[in-house]
Amino acid sequence: MIGGLFIYNHKGEVLISRVYRDDIGRNAVDAFRVNVIHARQQVRSPVTNIARTSFFHVKRSNIWLAAVTKQNVNAAMVFEFLYKMCDVMAAYFGKVSEENIKNNFVLIYELLDEILDFGYPQNSETGALKTFITQQGIKGQTKEEQSQITSQVTGQIGWRREGIKYRRNELFLDVLESVNLLMSPQGQVLSAHVSGRVVMKSYLSGMPECKFGMNDKIVIDKAGKGGVTDEVGKSDLGGGGSTSGKQSIAIDDCTFNQCVRLSKFDSERSISFIPPDGEYELMRYRTTKDIILPFRVIPLVREVGRTKLEVKVVIKSNFKPSLLAQKIEVRIPTPLNTSGVQVICMKGKAKYKASENAIVWKIKRMAGMKESQISAEIELLPTNDKKKWARPPISMNFEVPFAPSGLKVRYLKVFESKLNYSDHDVVKWVRYIGRSGIYETRC
Amino acid sequence: MEWANQLCENRQFGSKMTDSKYFTTTKKGEIFELKAELNSDKKEKKKEAVKKVIASMTVGKDVSALFPDVVNCMQTDNLELKKLVYLYLMNYAKSQPDMAIMAVNTFVKDCEDANPLIRALAVRTMGCIRVDKITEYLCEPLRKCLKDEDPYVRKTAAVCVAKLHDINAQLVEDQGFLDTLKDLISDSNPMVVANAVAALSEIAESHPNSNLLDLNPQSINKLLTALNECTEWGQIFILDCLANYTPRDDRESQSICERVTPRLSHANSAVVLSAVKVLMKFMEMLPKDLDYYSTLLKKLAPPLVTLLSAEPELQYVALRNINLIVQKRPEILKHEMKVFFVKYNDPIYVKLEKLDIMIRLASQANIAQVLAELKEYATEVDVDFVRKAVRAIGRCAIKVEQSAERCVSTLLDLIQTKVNYVVQEAIVVIKDIFRKYPNKYESVIATLCENLDSLDEPEARAAMIWIVGEYAERIDNADELLESFLEGFHDESTQVQLQLLTAIVKLFLKKPTETQELVQQVLSLATQDSDNPDLRDRGYIYWRLLSTDPVAAKEVVLAEKPLISEETDLIEPTLLEELICHIGTLASVYHKPPSAFVEGSRGVMHKRLPARTGSGESTESPDVGTAAGGSAPEAAPSIIPSQGDLLGDLLNLDMAPPTTSGPPPPTTGMQMGGMDLLGGGLDSLMGDESEPPHVPPRTDTPRSPSPQPPSPVYTHTDYTYTDYSHTDSPPDHSPTEHSPPAELGGDIGGSPAMGAGFGAAPAVMPASLNAPVGGGLGDLFDLGGVGMPMGAYIPPKIVWLPAMKAKGLEISGTFARRAGVIQMELILTNKAMSVMTDFAIQFNRNSFGLAPAGPLQVLTPLGPNQTIEVSLPLSTVGPVMKMDPLNNLQVAVKNNIDVFYFSCQYPISMLFVEDGKMERQVFLATWKDIPNDNESQFQIKDCHLNSDAASSKLQGSNIFTIAKRTVEGQDMLYMSIKLSNGIWVLAELRVQAGNPNYTISLKCRAPEVSQCVFQCYEAVLKN
Repeated sequence: MIGGLFIYNHKGEVLISRVYRDDIGRNAVDAFRVNVIHARQQVRSPVTNIARTSFFHVKRSNIWLAAVTKQNVNAAMVFEFLYKMCDVMAAYFGKVSEENIKNNFVLIYELLDEILDFGYPQNSETGALKTFITQQGIKGQTKEEQSQITSQVTGQIGWRREGIKYRRNELFLDVLESVNLLMSPQGQVLSAHVSGRVVMKSYLSGMPECKFGMNDKIVIDKAGKGGVTDEVGKSDLGGGGSTSGKQSIAIDDCTFNQCVRLSKFDSERSISFIPPDGEYELMRYRTTKDIILPFRVIPLVREVGRTKLEVKVVIKSNFKPSLLAQKIEVRIPTPLNTSGVQVICMKGKAKYKASENAIVWKIKRMAGMKESQISAEIELLPTNDKKKWARPPISMNFEVPFAPSGLKVRYLKVFESKLNYSDHDVVKWVRYIGRSGIYETRC
Repeated sequence: MEWANQLCENRQFGSKMTDSKYFTTTKKGEIFELKAELNSDKKEKKKEAVKKVIASMTVGKDVSALFPDVVNCMQTDNLELKKLVYLYLMNYAKSQPDMAIMAVNTFVKDCEDANPLIRALAVRTMGCIRVDKITEYLCEPLRKCLKDEDPYVRKTAAVCVAKLHDINAQLVEDQGFLDTLKDLISDSNPMVVANAVAALSEIAESHPNSNLLDLNPQSINKLLTALNECTEWGQIFILDCLANYTPRDDRESQSICERVTPRLSHANSAVVLSAVKVLMKFMEMLPKDLDYYSTLLKKLAPPLVTLLSAEPELQYVALRNINLIVQKRPEILKHEMKVFFVKYNDPIYVKLEKLDIMIRLASQANIAQVLAELKEYATEVDVDFVRKAVRAIGRCAIKVEQSAERCVSTLLDLIQTKVNYVVQEAIVVIKDIFRKYPNKYESVIATLCENLDSLDEPEARAAMIWIVGEYAERIDNADELLESFLEGFHDESTQVQLQLLTAIVKLFLKKPTETQELVQQVLSLATQDSDNPDLRDRGYIYWRLLSTDPVAAKEVVLAEKPLISEETDLIEPTLLEELICHIGTLASVYHKPPSAFVEGSRGVMHKRLPARTGSGESTESPDVGTAAGGSAPEAAPSIIPSQGDLLGDLLNLDMAPPTTSGPPPPTTGMQMGGMDLLGGGLDSLMGDESEPPHVPPRTDTPRSPSPQPPSPVYTHTDYTYTDYSHTDSPPDHSPTEHSPPAELGGDIGGSPAMGAGFGAAPAVMPASLNAPVGGGLGDLFDLGGVGMPMGAYIPPKIVWLPAMKAKGLEISGTFARRAGVIQMELILTNKAMSVMTDFAIQFNRNSFGLAPAGPLQVLTPLGPNQTIEVSLPLSTVGPVMKMDPLNNLQVAVKNNIDVFYFSCQYPISMLFVEDGKMERQVFLATWKDIPNDNESQFQIKDCHLNSDAASSKLQGSNIFTIAKRTVEGQDMLYMSIKLSNGIWVLAELRVQAGNPNYTISLKCRAPEVSQCVFQCYEAVLKN
């Protein structure tokens, strides 16, 4: 198991050091600094073995988190834990930065004592932790409160406490998708996938039982076959403005927050759960079929002699004309020996950024089924370098108000039998946002 | 008032603006000041001081001098302060053991606190104070906490047992904590269960042989239930523990798999990977034709792909594991090539791993896409990545023949870029392509020669020199090219020197007239001016060879090379199996067994995949039986329902004992003795140097599985790690580049092959020598004195008829063939209260006409709790009826109480007759004669015998080796078997040195027996 956990700043100074196992000595702290943080070479692996000691590290801005062990630990678990540790810290004091860590080092030690026992991760749900790790002492608690805390920390529903009350029961569902594309210069899709997340903010009283439904192909087909009419068709929350007319989508794979009953999903493919309070990620999913690619990039690069490049890039929007894409940014890489660039674009603003070796073209808004163009002349310095320019792909950023996967929320039902509010009393909001992930076109 | 103000400030801003000040560098006399503050009366000041101490401790300053002062602050009701003091204690107690005792009282008191959080805190901290004296005081509080009413305290106490065990294992055992911990596995709280499992798993690791975890179907069921309820971390502990379990049979395996698969949708990647581990392992036991098996395979792909959208560090862990999974079960991800395409801004470690997997998945179907990608990669920035991409193109050419041409032209394009390292890398792989497709792409040699000057890496230089030497006759100025290297001969690396020597010798043999001077020059450089023994020796060998017999030299040096294999740097199968059992862990990231990087006893235990069992296959089950903790083998004989109508004919049979008595069973000792004599005599006559034959002790119980040979893989993995260059081809730069052992006359190569050479010559033996007793003489010749045949394989006795089903009569037994007589060996036990008499036995009609050759010899009455062993000789002349499975035998046993029915399965090997050795010519003709449709192929896994040992073992069961051939390190044994009813079975057994998996092809005119025969092979070879 994890033998120790260290946090360093960018200089390699230790901010937090907590050792859980006897086989990890103080010299491990230095070994990591010398061999990884101060190493001349770029980091070649997130797992480093130095003198039979293994170091796992992740970086958050300029902070290094390192877990150390001498045993054959579950490596995936160690990384998951490090990410979780970052989340917990962020939930307590915001950004994981040197200043924040120094300001909260006592709290961090307290957290580390609680969520990692002898190197074994324990309950690390911030909802639960915040009930008893407060930096205010827990003297004032009554006996009932204490046992409530312990039963929540160890209980089956460790992520939600009892007795939550809201005057207005409300929930917000965000379907956030990032659409990834790799396209050849000829416009052939080399790979494309959508990775989506359903993020929920719930402000519900009591211990509500929720059931979430979407246009999952497997569910729809099953319902269709059985001749069962869509029982919740009326309470359809969908129609978020997707352009596609298709009824259902094929989900390649999905993963769920730990509140979701996985065995039920496995057997009935229904998503039921008792939600944590506040904001959390209900599920992640991935689709690769029938993706709506919101933009198409058509590049044209011509080398005119050894000192000049001509670049022309056309972007086409491919969704309903009534919808507007936002925050559009096209990044056209330029060679390292660029000496000057002249740009002409029909729409938006374009600038050559020498420090980034790219022409950045920004468009605030663009409606569907439109087309826009940029052309640039790049002057190059003559070089002796025999190596050809690698031509990195043209990348794009944007945001569109629909789900490129075609996912639609069909319903989200809330049942709370003990309190007297019903599904109809809950105010529900649904929003779809599609963003670019890695959206690249080779040129 | 001042401190109150400060306090208010603290509260107001939380502790936001304050704590970082403790990190500011301190001046001299700091310790002294701190001491004063720690002893201050003001609580707040005390707390501040402790914080400063902790901050100093964090940055590595020694503040141990403050120990008594800090411990004095422990007695407080301020929990935050208490926790800080505990933190200090954990750090320094070990260096101040005497003073640490001062803290004990507070701990003991805290363990009784009304607040469960404080009780847990105390027990948690106490376990971390690694001072022997303190552990004694820990026992009582720990015992209480393990039974605390509050689950939070129990789950903390469970981990504390592991802590204590780490300090003083004996104490934990003596105090009985292990039993309490085991009880916690049945706790009502899932988190307590999970922590107990984690603690027990850890303790069990340091006691490899203890049965601590005691996994059985009941406890597994409890774990699976807890799995649905506990935290993500707890799920990981439980899944990792489950992976150590070996299910008893395929059904149990399937039911566990069914309950584990939902975990594949968990958001935590570690849960997913641990679930994958359990599934990969248990899948091994499922029959491949099962529908569920293919469903499971399909279910595994999506979650593995999803792991690739996790954070880069986890992607790396996932990719390293996928690399293993792809090698073990390529079918899972064969359609998912695209997801492994490298993204422009992937971290380099992700890129390199993806590339590896891409090559593994490359096939004819996707090669075009893969090549297009690789070509892109070859223009990237990172040197390592580009090199690997270039190398990958070469590997594609070797792996997918159809793509070779395109790969070569891609490589030529890359050479044209003139980027130094790309060119060098390309030349190295082109050399391998030449090796794989000789005489196909030599037209590119000219282009390669143009780049001769730019090569500065030894490997590339060596590759280029090899090419020049190999194709010297096609390169007009080969002598000039090689001569140019010769000038700086002593500055070259050994690799290049050796290659240059060989290349020039080749050149000389091809163009002797023009190059005499050159060859003398290089030979003298190598032999006289070099200090390198390898180089000198090789130089002398060439010299001697060239001077004594140029024709022989030509034959040796210019011999035809074996083709290089397609799949390269595959992980050796036993290591792969072990690593599959470690999916998700560091071992799977390093691709090394835990023993390679973990110190001490932990993790040294090698894990193995379970053997496949099927309900239909019975004979080889004993192996599994022992593995699963001695439980009954799965294929235990089924009880025939009494009065089953299919047995109508049996019921009507006369159960009176037959009057004829069978021949008395000769004792095995005699038989073995005889053979031994023969063997020993012959051996000494032949003057063979191999070890004298010995008769292994013969037992009817299965011997424990032979210890696994230590795998020589560590070096192998290191090899792939550090040096990719060597992996694509047999070592070109090693001294014997052009003459691998097989060509030099394989027999000299290694000692095990000594006998093999011997065996090849007298393969045709006069049939008359095949004496019926064990086939003695002829086989001894064939086997070259490797050892005596060990006698027929006899499966261990298993219970055929449990006492429950037969009113107290328990029958267990087995079958054996001794001196040509088939014996049914029975143990009858009377577990009833009354005496049993009048035993008789009868068989139903069966596939091979087995029938009792005499009455059941139970002459005296069998009293309560008495046991009698009888052997019943069997004949094969009874009525025949095809059974399913073929070797099924239905038996009725009568006694004074009732008639009982059971069925059992006999190993078909007992029907193999002694004169089953076919003449070589007849064998060849018969093999050809039997239509190919009748051929069936099987795999025998995990057999660590060499071919000779296997052959002698099989001999004991009347499976006769007729001939042996060695092709490319693979031994092919041809064998014949004759069944009692005259059916001949011909077999070809392929044994690859170092590979524990044998392939066997069986040909027979009655193909239905093949399955049974295969089972016998497996049973014989594995016991």
